[in-house]
Parts: sequence; C-alpha cells; structure tokens
Amino acid sequence: MSTIQFTIDGKPCTGKSGQTIVEAAKDNGIYIPTLCHFEGLKPAGSCRICTVKVGGRFMAACTTPVTEGMVIENKTSELEDYRKAIIEMLFVEGNHMCPTCEKSGNCELQALGYRYMMFVPRFPYLFPKRELDASLPKIIIERNRCVQCLRCVRSMTTSDGKKIFGMVNRGGHIHINVDRELAKNMSDEQAQKAMDLCPVGSILKKEVGFVVPIGKRKYDAMPIGSEIEKA
Amino acid sequence: MGREDTIVKQVVSKYNNDKTRLMDIITDVQNELGCVSDETIRHIASQLQISSVDVEGVVTFYHFFSKTPRGKYTVYLNSSAVAVMKGRTAVAKAFEEAAGCKFGSTTPDGAIGLYNTSCIGMNDQEPAAIINGVVFTNLTPQKAKELVAGMKAGKHVQEMVTEFGDGANQSELIRSMVKNNIMRKGSVIFAPYELGSALAAALSRKPDDVIEEMKIANLRGRGGAGFPTGMKWDFCRKSEGTKKYVICNADEGEPGTFKDRVILTELPSMLFEGMAIGGYAVGANEGIIYLRAEYLYLKKYLEKVLSDMRAKNLLGKNILGKGFDFDIRIQMGAGAYVCGEESALIESAEGKRGEPRNRPPFPVQKGYLGYPTTVNNVETFCCAVRIMLEGGEWFKKMGTAQSAGTKLLSVSGDCEKPGVYEVEFGITVQTLLEMVGGRTAKAVQIGGPSGNCIGKKDFGRRICYDDLATGGSIIVIGQQRDLFEIVHNFMDFFVEESCGWCVPCRAGNVILKERLEKIMSGKASLKDIDELESWCKIVKAMSRCGLGQTSPNPIYTTIQNFRDIYEAKVAKDVDYVTSFDLLAAVQESCKIAGRIPNVEEH
Repeated sequence: MSTIQFTIDGKPCTGKSGQTIVEAAKDNGIYIPTLCHFEGLKPAGSCRICTVKVGGRFMAACTTPVTEGMVIENKTSELEDYRKAIIEMLFVEGNHMCPTCEKSGNCELQALGYRYMMFVPRFPYLFPKRELDASLPKIIIERNRCVQCLRCVRSMTTSDGKKIFGMVNRGGHIHINVDRELAKNMSDEQAQKAMDLCPVGSILKKEVGFVVPIGKRKYDAMPIGSEIEKA
Repeated sequence: MGREDTIVKQVVSKYNNDKTRLMDIITDVQNELGCVSDETIRHIASQLQISSVDVEGVVTFYHFFSKTPRGKYTVYLNSSAVAVMKGRTAVAKAFEEAAGCKFGSTTPDGAIGLYNTSCIGMNDQEPAAIINGVVFTNLTPQKAKELVAGMKAGKHVQEMVTEFGDGANQSELIRSMVKNNIMRKGSVIFAPYELGSALAAALSRKPDDVIEEMKIANLRGRGGAGFPTGMKWDFCRKSEGTKKYVICNADEGEPGTFKDRVILTELPSMLFEGMAIGGYAVGANEGIIYLRAEYLYLKKYLEKVLSDMRAKNLLGKNILGKGFDFDIRIQMGAGAYVCGEESALIESAEGKRGEPRNRPPFPVQKGYLGYPTTVNNVETFCCAVRIMLEGGEWFKKMGTAQSAGTKLLSVSGDCEKPGVYEVEFGITVQTLLEMVGGRTAKAVQIGGPSGNCIGKKDFGRRICYDDLATGGSIIVIGQQRDLFEIVHNFMDFFVEESCGWCVPCRAGNVILKERLEKIMSGKASLKDIDELESWCKIVKAMSRCGLGQTSPNPIYTTIQNFRDIYEAKVAKDVDYVTSFDLLAAVQESCKIAGRIPNVEEH
C-alpha cells in the first residue's frame, strides 16, 4: 500500500491507498461520526451520518476511498447540522425510549444524540407501529429501536454462509427479519455477538440484562468519538 | 409432496437452481400459485439452498410480488398525477362499486383484486390500468363497469380488448389497445432505417473506432443523467474482466415518460442492433434487456424480434460472418421505480432486492455478476445505431454544444396533442408548448417528479442537459389545476418508491410529505415554508442515490417557482400554528369514557 497525502478541514493527513475516508481520518486522530459502519464489515453507507464534502460534492466517508490530494470538509457547520438532522430523523422515525432501554449508555444512537446536543428533534415524531419479536429462543428483536444499519444482516451468517438476518419490504416499511429456522439454532455466542454488533437496543440477548450497571457503560463518561480524538 | 412443492421444484430446476434468477423464479411461481406465501418462500429457499429471509426480502421489495392472493383478476390502476387529471378518481370509484371491494384489497370470493400502482407509462392515454398483464387505456367509469362485468362473467382478459392501437400494437403478438401517438418524427430515432446496416458498419471497424465515433457525436445518456456514452463504453472496454455485459435499461419508470415504450413497440430491432454495437464496442458477448413489469405485454413480441434477428444472423454466433458473437435475453422487472438506477437494476437482474450499490466500484468496473457492465437507456442505443450510419459529425450538428442530437419527449397532461415528440435539443419550453397545444399552461413539469416544475417566467428556457435536463417526461399543467395536489401526488410516489436503504430518503420523504400536508391544511405559518425548504436541502444532500437526491424536487422547485401559492396557504402574523387535532387524538379514549372534552375551554 502506498502512502498518500490529503487534507481534512485544512489539516494535512497521510493515509494508505485503499483506505476509506473514515479509516484514514481515524488514523489521523480525526473523528468522523458513523453509525452503520462497523470495523471489519463491508460498508453499507446506509445511515449517511459520515457524509463529508469533497470537491463540493456530498459523499459517504465510509464507502469512499481516500485518494491522493483529496480535500475533505468534515466539521463545517453545514455538515454538522445535516448530520444532526440524520440523528433526529432516526429518533422520530422509530420509537426510542432511552430511560427504559437495556442499551442505554452503550447505545451509539443515544451517544450521537448527546454528542450533537440534540435536545428535541426538529422533525415531527412519526410514531410508527412496529412489531416486537420475542418468539426466538436466544434473542429479542425490538424493531421499535432499529435503525436499519444492516450490521446484523452483514455479519450474522451460518457456517455454510446463509444469512440469518435480512431486510424485508421497502421504503418506510423496511424492517429486519430472520430465517426462523436458522435463528432458532443460534448459539449463545452468536446471540451475544448479534447484540454487541447492534448499535442500538434492537437485538437483545434473552435472560440477561443490565450486567454492567448504568453509569459504568461505554458512553457514560466520555462522548462517542473521543477515543479517536484523544489518540 | 404437495402441489406447491412440486411447482417450486419444477420452476427452480427450469432455472438450473440458479439463485441469480430469483426474479424469474418468483414470477413463475406466483403465476402458478397466485401468490408467494411464507410457506412457498421457505420451499424456494430450501430448493436454492439460501436463507428464507433472502427470498422474503425480494418478494416483499417489488410491487407486483405478493405474499397474499390478489385475485383471479388483478386490476392495477395507475395513480400518477396525470391519471388523476384525466379522471382517475371517478374510474376508481366505478371499479370499487362494481367489484364490491376497495382499492388495496380483493373481493371476499377472491375473484377480483383492486390495487393502485405507480405510473405505468401510459400518460398520453390515461386513465389506464393493467389487468393480469393486459393494458386498458382511456378508461371511463362506464368502461370500468364493463370490465368488472366481464371479469364476473369469467371472460379471459385478452378477450375484453375490443379495439387496437396503431402500428405494431395491432400485431398478433401484442394485440393491445395501447396507442403510439408519435406526433413528431426527427432524423435520429424515427427516420427510415435498414435493419442490420448499422451493425455491419460497426463490425467493419475497430471497436475503438466505434467508441471514438460516439465521442465525436457527443452522445450522452438519454435516461436523464446525461453521462457521455462513448466514455462509458471506453471505461467498460478498458476494465479487466473475463466477460463483459451490455444491459439495456428499459425500466422506464419516471412518471410521465413513455417514449421507450414506443421504441420497444415500433423499433425493437433498432434497439437490439444498438445493443449489439455496444457489445462489439466494449467487448461483450451477452446482453440483457431489463424490461419493466408494466411492459410485460410486449415480451412475446420482443422475443420474436430477437429470434428473427438470430435467424438473420444479426444476433447469435459469428454475426454477419465477422466473428463476433452476441445474444440478448429479456429480464423482467417486478415493479420498482428505483431499479431505473443502473446499479439497482443490476442488483435486480441478479435476483436481489433492487437497492442501489455504493460506488466505487462503478458498473463499468464491476457490474452484472461482478463483470464490467455498461448500462444504457433504450433511446441511447437507438442513437448509437444512427451514429454508426450517419457519423458523429452529422449527429453533433443537431442540438446544442453540450447536448447533441435529438431527444424524444413524452408529452402529457393539459395539452391538445399528447404523445411522443422527437425534437432537437435546445428547444424552448414555449416552442414545445405551441407544438403540443398547451400554450395556456400554468406550469410545466420537466423531467418528471424528480425534475423541475417551472412557471411562465421560465418558458423561454431550453430543454437540454445544460439548462432543463430531462429523460423525456414533460407534463403540461393547466390553469385549472391545484399545484399542491400534483406535488402531493409526486411525494406519495417517492415515499412509495424509496428503497428504504438510507435514512434521509427513507425517513426524509415521509417527513417532507407530512410538513407539506400541514401547509396544505392551512394550519401553518411562514416558518413552516422555510423549514420545509431547508429540509428539502438536507434530503437532497445526504441521500445515497439519485432517487433521494431528487425526490424533494416537487416541493423544492415549487417553493422556488411558485412561492406565492405556499404563502397564500399560511398565516403571516404568527410564529407557529399547530396542526394537532386534540379531538381526533383523544377519539378512542372519549369512546371508552363516554364523554367529550370541552376543547373550547383549553
């Protein structure tokens, strides 16, 4: 991999060819907010929170490779406002009750809401009717909280490569579903992995809860992204 | 083994257990069983040895697939804005009264299903409906009643077609009442042409020369985006791949466009010849035409045209003795506007949900089944044929500097002569309006809902890529129309057709429509207009593909061009007006409590 030079908000950066903008920014100690992105998974580009501007054009930093001489805008007031709008859209599009959610404090959507100081969404709540599925042996699928990030779809497969999770319907009716037979056979480890991958409280492992108390969770002390900015 | 299981096994083996043919498998199974239930989905998945949620994802993505039965006769009535202008509401009511069920449902005996559908490419002969694949145009309430009577009498749908359209619509393999309405012929598409002559000319030259000719012509994609065709073919030719593909985008879905339907009816061999030229240029031996499900009635006819061309050695092995092999198969869609986006179209052709891909890689690098693929519009391939015959220099003389050649326009709405017009690029809207008998227009929707709604002050502007770009949809809006009704219809369309992959398009369009409705209801302030406009910008900027990047345009362009109608709807002297209806919100609890609150006091 050859080394390349680029800038983010005027700061000279170096990266490796083949890296995405998100990855390269991280290596340079610059946080670009992400939600659907998960290291090691093929980028989906579905949440659009990582949108940056290159050459006047908006593009998702998680799917766009960094190139030599690229001039990237990241923390402009326009982009930060648009990113905040995406977070707000996610809050009004689902039914999110942070105080009662097992994922509170570990939830990336909640953490982004705090980081972007979302006090109240600018958009009207849509209050969708979504179904909760508690019929599987190992996991609960709480669709009210789902952000359709596709992390479970992308990562959870059987040993012979079959997808356990998938998207059904389209548009605003889109939601996560499972191959029931495959989902029934999930191991405890797989159930834990699915829950850990889920950025919100949409996939929960059954029969455990609040093992780590509120106050000692991932984003309780430091805002999301600060681990990158500190480095 | 049940009947269902047997059918699934037969169909899946017909397609050699190939999961990339899932669209065809689901279509065939649904044709046999009437729907694709959860049980059937599991059968298909187990036969193909894939996850059932993969199959369910595809079944539930497309408008014409269904998990529940939609009737022995299924009526899909077009709900486009122009259909509404032309009397769709009364026709829908007649269907409902005669059939005895509401739109979105099936009669209790399972005989007749009534469903709405997005624009079916018949805007010049609306209201129109598709019943079991057969198209019925220029519907009236009376005709709707007669159709239902025919269905109740158990008539075959084709028997209910009593008059036929012009040209090839009358041919034995189409037998359709659809009319071509070719109102103006130009020198590129609708000029005389001799089958095979352009392909012979191409094969006598080097592939690079063919591409060079397209570059000289400055041919740009006719689907609307206007990407230079020569450059696209060049990228595809230079991409590494053991195989390459040529795909024709015949998923003409932008509401108001229907010119590709006329090419498919009258000039299919010209199109296929263009695909073969494209194949020769990029180094592909296989072509696919992705045909929207709404044009199913043309499939048999197109297959015959393909076999005739094979018989003439214009397709198949060693074409015209020049050592070039190329053949074309038809891939049917199943009802999804987003599949007009080239990477979504490729996904769909691979038997998946029609969700656009992230780029890079571009289709010319990694397209169909991972091979370099060029996707071009129906009209673009026909232009390529003419360029091979007349040369790039000849082509470039027409139109404007940035937009060479002619363009087919599908004109509909409030005009005297709706139909297809072949005009040179650069024509002003005013000239076009005079040509089509629409000079009294209040507004013109250029490029369909995703385009631009312009008013009189802009009628001097030109139709071309560098001014008012369009894939061909031109909707004339008369003085009597309520623009809000049209804008609302367009937003309904985008909410329905968003694939749902990315947040701004999935949630944003619903939010935009909601705020539009607030303004339409009169319970809004000036602030609502400003907010709505700024939210349009967010959805446009943040969406992943062209759908979300343009879906706010009905609202955005009317706020810009017709701000007065918005301002007339809202209160000027207050910061905020609530649209919250307390009585409606507490309706259920009032029923339980048996009393109604005195809202006046609050």
